[in-house]
Amino acid sequence: MNRTFDVAIAGGGIVGAACAAECARAGMSVALVERELVGSGATAAGMGHIVVMDDSAAQFALTRFSQRLWHEMSAEFPSEVEFEPTGTIWVAADDDEMAEVRRKHEYYAARGVRTEILDQHSLREAEPNLRLGLAGGLLAPEDAVVYPPCAALYFWKRARDAGATLISGTVAKLEAGNLQLAEGTVIAAGVTVNAAGAWASELTAGVKIRKRKGHLLITDRYPEFVRHQLVELGYLKSAHSVTSDSVAFNVQPRRTGQLLIGSSRQYDNESKNIDHDILQRMLERACAFMPGIGPLSSIRAWTGFRAATPDKLPLIGPWPESPGLFLATGHEGLGITTSLATARLLVDQIAGRPSEIAIQPYLPSRSFTESHV
Amino acid sequence: MKRSFDVLVIGAGPAGIAAALRAAECQRSVGLVDDNPSPGGQIWRGGVAHPNGGAPWLELLSRSSVTPLYGTRVLDQPAPGLLLAEAGETLVELRYQKLVLATGAREMFLPFPGWTLPNVMGAGGLQALVKSGLPIAGKRVVVAGSGPLLLAVAATLRGYGAEIVGVCEQASWRNLATFATRLGWRKLGQAVRLKRELVGVPFYTDCWPLSAAGHGKVERVLVSHRGSPREWACDYLACGFHLVPNTELAALLGCQLENGFVKTDRCQQTSVADVFCAGEPTGIGGVELALLQGQIAGLCAGGDQSGVVELVAQQRAMRPFAARLAKAFALRPELTALATPETLVCRCEDVTLARLRECNSWREGKLYTRCGMGPCQGRVCGPATQFILGWQPESVRPPVFPARVESLLAAASNAEVNTEPNAAMNAATNPYKNPGERS
Ligand SMILES: Cc1cc2nc3c(=O)[nH]c(=O)nc-3n(C[C@H](O)[C@H](O)[C@H](O)COP(=O)(O)OP(=O)(O)OC[C@H]3O[C@@H](n4cnc5c(N)ncnc54)[C@H](O)[C@@H]3O)c2cc1C
Ligand SMILES: Cc1cc2nc3c(=O)[nH]c(=O)nc-3n(C[C@H](O)[C@H](O)[C@H](O)COP(=O)(O)OP(=O)(O)OC[C@H]3O[C@@H](n4cnc5c(N)ncnc54)[C@H](O)[C@@H]3O)c2cc1C
Repeated sequence: MNRTFDVAIAGGGIVGAACAAECARAGMSVALVERELVGSGATAAGMGHIVVMDDSAAQFALTRFSQRLWHEMSAEFPSEVEFEPTGTIWVAADDDEMAEVRRKHEYYAARGVRTEILDQHSLREAEPNLRLGLAGGLLAPEDAVVYPPCAALYFWKRARDAGATLISGTVAKLEAGNLQLAEGTVIAAGVTVNAAGAWASELTAGVKIRKRKGHLLITDRYPEFVRHQLVELGYLKSAHSVTSDSVAFNVQPRRTGQLLIGSSRQYDNESKNIDHDILQRMLERACAFMPGIGPLSSIRAWTGFRAATPDKLPLIGPWPESPGLFLATGHEGLGITTSLATARLLVDQIAGRPSEIAIQPYLPSRSFTESHV
Repeated sequence: MKRSFDVLVIGAGPAGIAAALRAAECQRSVGLVDDNPSPGGQIWRGGVAHPNGGAPWLELLSRSSVTPLYGTRVLDQPAPGLLLAEAGETLVELRYQKLVLATGAREMFLPFPGWTLPNVMGAGGLQALVKSGLPIAGKRVVVAGSGPLLLAVAATLRGYGAEIVGVCEQASWRNLATFATRLGWRKLGQAVRLKRELVGVPFYTDCWPLSAAGHGKVERVLVSHRGSPREWACDYLACGFHLVPNTELAALLGCQLENGFVKTDRCQQTSVADVFCAGEPTGIGGVELALLQGQIAGLCAGGDQSGVVELVAQQRAMRPFAARLAKAFALRPELTALATPETLVCRCEDVTLARLRECNSWREGKLYTRCGMGPCQGRVCGPATQFILGWQPESVRPPVFPARVESLLAAASNAEVNTEPNAAMNAATNPYKNPGERS
């Protein structure tokens, strides 16, 4: 069975699925090729925090754009997507971090994003289970939480409803003009897309992606224990260390009342197994901010791999060494959030039309400067 | 709390007790862990008198050098040779040279309309509740499902004054008759004793529950008996569709499974070095087989194997019994159709059969419906979907039981484990293993 499509996408994670939907709805014939299940890769392992971040202007632009797209689409989500506008509270431990709260507040305000500064007292009121003595926080009410595998599945169903085809198989070879499955089938396409997440560099040599392992732990149901997604501001210090393993306090309330506890970041560890040392550090961090977590019952721990680029920005656009082959990968810890914006930017480029935000920072042809933010 | 043993046994049912005693006889330091407050496992724990010869074993155990670690549940293996457990709110780190897994079995449940109503319970679960004080005198109980357990439960409940409306066994009369005539003398004696306790209790074969109904709790149950429906009023419906082995811990440790059971060699050693397994996780075979396997595992783990050959021969002789048991009580295909599209299959996450039917595998069901993601960790819906939908369970992730966050937190700080086996243990030779043979 050799077939021809306008677009063939390798990888059915949330990014590939979103791209498939966007392309199909733009009238292109689309094949989405996934070796396992739609949304079973990093998408199944991730937290599903839809969050605007400002490590860089480009990151802000992409996450903000994408967050808006999530809200626009939210009315049509089936309940399994579990879209919950919980908001984020960036928790500040001390006065230094309060200074960061104020900076962030101004930065967001200047760009039209409403946030609210919480002092010690209002932080406690908002999240009574945080430990005493924290300095305050920043509430970003427009942030949200989703259940990523079902979001990816929903995106895929949008693509299917617009005529896309799901092909179950492993892509063995990906080039401009066609992709080849392990069992031999060749799928010809005007445009091919590498959306293989953390495995992207296995399909396209030279793509600068490293696997960045993360751990998460889910608890039993404790409704109202946490109300917003809580992230320590110190996360900014820890998440971007390129050299060493890091953990940060990051807790999310699920619709079920469960708590999802994160997060860790590790390079050069490609085993799916739990690293007990880092799990312990991560949970220590969680308990340091929220001592009441200690006695809660945990159900399961797991790991996943983020696709990290040197500058922590995704790769969206043509691969310079082989035009006709596009990349849509490298989303590190933000690929759930930025999947929708990625799909828009990709289709705009394929269709040769202008985008709502500047695309240059995400083009694979950019020159990379190692990010040490 | 930190403990270290030459031989560590997980599960204090018949298999684990036998293993611990035999290992202790080999002059090893032995720890015996069970998540219940007292030893005995599913059959000897609590209870009026200990059936099936439990008393002498429990007596031996109480006089032995075995260190009891009851009320302690094993959760995770942070590093080889180290297990993590919880005893109430205390974290327990258990180090071992040799490990015997004797984690037993649990009841199998099948979903049918009404199975989630209050007072519809696991047969063994109700038995345990009654033994620990739930008043049952004068209550009408229907016992339904499959396996020898049903009769044992009915007898116990009756002993506490329950009115047994009926015992419904899904297996056919023919299968059971064939099984019974081949039981052998001792078993027959047991069965007759049971029978005496059950005089006057209606026992139906080819009979299974179709649905349960009631306001706020079960009030009546509809069963199919030899193809015709019958309805009974009742206060409790006790259900169990035979047993499912507890293989999660073995799987977490990387032990190879075969057809859902832990694979062992003649010394009860698993595919993982120094890890043995005995009793129900290796095959559902009843107490006597569990005792033999436990002894073999205990001696081999303890390193004194005089006597093992004899035990292995006895064990072999029992194998046909286990096979006949499995055959006699094999679940009939009609039971795959008990659940309707609206029936909840995963009670933790409220997932209906209709939603699962849209999926093609356990992994897919889990991913898109959250089936099996709740606090039972798939222990109930996993075997049910395996039977109804033919799904294969996937890999086990820690913790093997829900655990306090702080227990996991304290876990691995000191994962420097002494992986040097002690010299005496090394010298222990395996009577069945040719040099170079892999286990
Ligand atoms: C612990 C953790 C927490 C996270 N938390 C968040 C968060 O809160 N918010 C957020 O926005 N992001 C978060 N992320 C990041 C997010 O999960 C990822 O960025 C996102 O899932 C990436 O989606 P993807 O489609 O690119 O990759 P994936 O979901 O990994 O999809 C890639 C797909 O490609 C398939 N594939 C690979 N190779 C082949 C091949 N040769 N042939 C066929 N198919 C192939 C894979 O099977 C896979 O399904 C988190 C990540 C982790 C690990
Ligand atoms: C609910 C039930 C009731 C039964 N009632 C009867 C009966 O009345 N009559 C009869 O003849 N047979 C009965 N059986 C069958 C009988 O249990 C077996 O034939 C026999 O007891 C098997 O012995 P075992 O040592 O392999 O397992 P078990 O007796 O099941 O012992 C295993 C023990 O390990 C413990 N355990 C498991 N995992 C862990 C862990 N991670 N950490 C700590 N502890 C752990 C369990 O709680 C259990 O106490 C029953 C079985 C079940 C499941």
